[in-house]
Amino acid sequence: MAVLVVADHDNASLKDNTHKTVTAALAVSGEVDVLVAGEGVAAAAAAAAQITGVRKVLTAESPALGRQIGEAVAGCVLALMPGYDAVLVPATSVGKNFAPRVAALLDVAPISEIQAVIDAETFVRPIYAGNALETVKSADAKKVITVRATAFKAAEEGGAAPIEAVDPGPGAPHTRFVSDEIVKSDRPELAAAKIVVSGGRAMGSAEEFHRVIEPLADKLGAAVGASRAAVDAGYAPNDYQVGQTGKVVAPQLYIAVGISGAIQHLAGMKDSKVIVAINKDADAPIFQVADYGLVADYKTAVPALMEALGAAGL
Amino acid sequence: MKVLVPVKRVIDYNVKARVKSDQSGVDLANVKMSMNPFCEIAVEEAIRLKEKGAVEEIIAVSIGPIQAQETIRTALAMGADRGILVQTDADPEPLEVAKLLKAVAEAESPSLILMGKQAIDGDNNAVGQMLSALLGWPQATFASKVEVAEATVRVTREVDGGLQVLELDLPAVVTADLRLNEPRYASLPNIMKAKKKTIDIKTVDDYGGAGAGHLKVLKVTEPAKRVAGVKLETAAELVTKLKTEAGVL
Repeated sequence: MAVLVVADHDNASLKDNTHKTVTAALAVSGEVDVLVAGEGVAAAAAAAAQITGVRKVLTAESPALGRQIGEAVAGCVLALMPGYDAVLVPATSVGKNFAPRVAALLDVAPISEIQAVIDAETFVRPIYAGNALETVKSADAKKVITVRATAFKAAEEGGAAPIEAVDPGPGAPHTRFVSDEIVKSDRPELAAAKIVVSGGRAMGSAEEFHRVIEPLADKLGAAVGASRAAVDAGYAPNDYQVGQTGKVVAPQLYIAVGISGAIQHLAGMKDSKVIVAINKDADAPIFQVADYGLVADYKTAVPALMEALGAAGL
Repeated sequence: MKVLVPVKRVIDYNVKARVKSDQSGVDLANVKMSMNPFCEIAVEEAIRLKEKGAVEEIIAVSIGPIQAQETIRTALAMGADRGILVQTDADPEPLEVAKLLKAVAEAESPSLILMGKQAIDGDNNAVGQMLSALLGWPQATFASKVEVAEATVRVTREVDGGLQVLELDLPAVVTADLRLNEPRYASLPNIMKAKKKTIDIKTVDDYGGAGAGHLKVLKVTEPAKRVAGVKLETAAELVTKLKTEAGVL
């Protein structure tokens, strides 16, 4: 059986989520092709061709694909599906947008955000914001799967797969791209960052949040997150929110500053490799999931941490 | 313009889901249930569009057990005009939900379907996209701003790293993300008024029936529990641990 992976890219370059999804795909089948659907994707396709284990790379190009319009990407993938038994898609905002459409049009059940492959038909996925794990077996002849990339190791590079162009499909006649506003931040993206520094309600104001959390994040090259309490109080914008109703993150290091650890926040970060909690309340639930805790007021602890990081050459 | 808002009854987002000891699922007995938070945002957005004069009628539809009437009643108390319950005690898969909603949409002919991007129980994030595909209507998921014109809707979408603005021809399907709005609390007079609004109780067969399931849940387990670590005295000690013991710096 052959499996198609749909690459994550920004037209110009290929993203690491692709490598991780290839790893998941190789657990399903030895015959893995990668589709790079976009516009001006030659470099991204060349990068995909180097991923070890990839049989061939397909490119599809059109203006609608360049904007990653869901209807267009789904149409392009759907046309390729007669040749594949499964399609695996990184669970990014692009992947989550188009993959269920492919499933509906194939009349199969989509399998969302898998974090483990048991066999070619059986997968493990988080439900209830990761408070439970569901092992599901698909009875469908073709499978449409989105992959939580943080759960898989990136496939290595060293291959040289052939690249061939395919039909871009019918586009999206009823959907028009108007504009985009990609935030130009030197900080990494929250969902993909290796280190996340999050602030909670203890910050007390938006000014304090900026003053305390951001310099620490920048010193560590980290993304900035926030608890729902901090967002609700207006200390941080909503897209910083980590939790059940916000973003689910699983960085190497998560530093929670002045966050008590409400269930809904824990649901969004408890898969982090290492969790550090800084809170002056020794009984705060965040300490029950933290690997390292500092029972201290953030007002003294964060400056001390900055200094200690500096002393350690960071 | 008529707007259809699908709403789902789920475990309240403040309640921790507990896995049953026989691994057959999550224990929902005696657990507080509420409207899915993203559905609430969709209801709120429909009401705001109505308050602006862009929408005449809001229909809240739920697919679920008889208790899902309470969820519809909440939508009516917030300001939706009438409700439809497609009653079923089975827990239909997203694909079946999308098919039933397609049949509801064909019967009601809304110009816009506004719904939550995902339910916080199954976390599939799929029904809106599938409904759009089955209907052949355009879609805009993860909306943080919705502006309705006569024959189009302009939607600002939350995408990784920023925002994307799309214009769709109506009819269309739009799914709500967190930043779209802050849902209102229903006032007491509106809760009283909602009791007089109609909820049509239908069956799955009224909308073409439900197909067989495609996915078999083999087991539901608890994720590996984290063990509380150590409390350290100083920031310097923390940095040392992170560098040497954890190796994450």
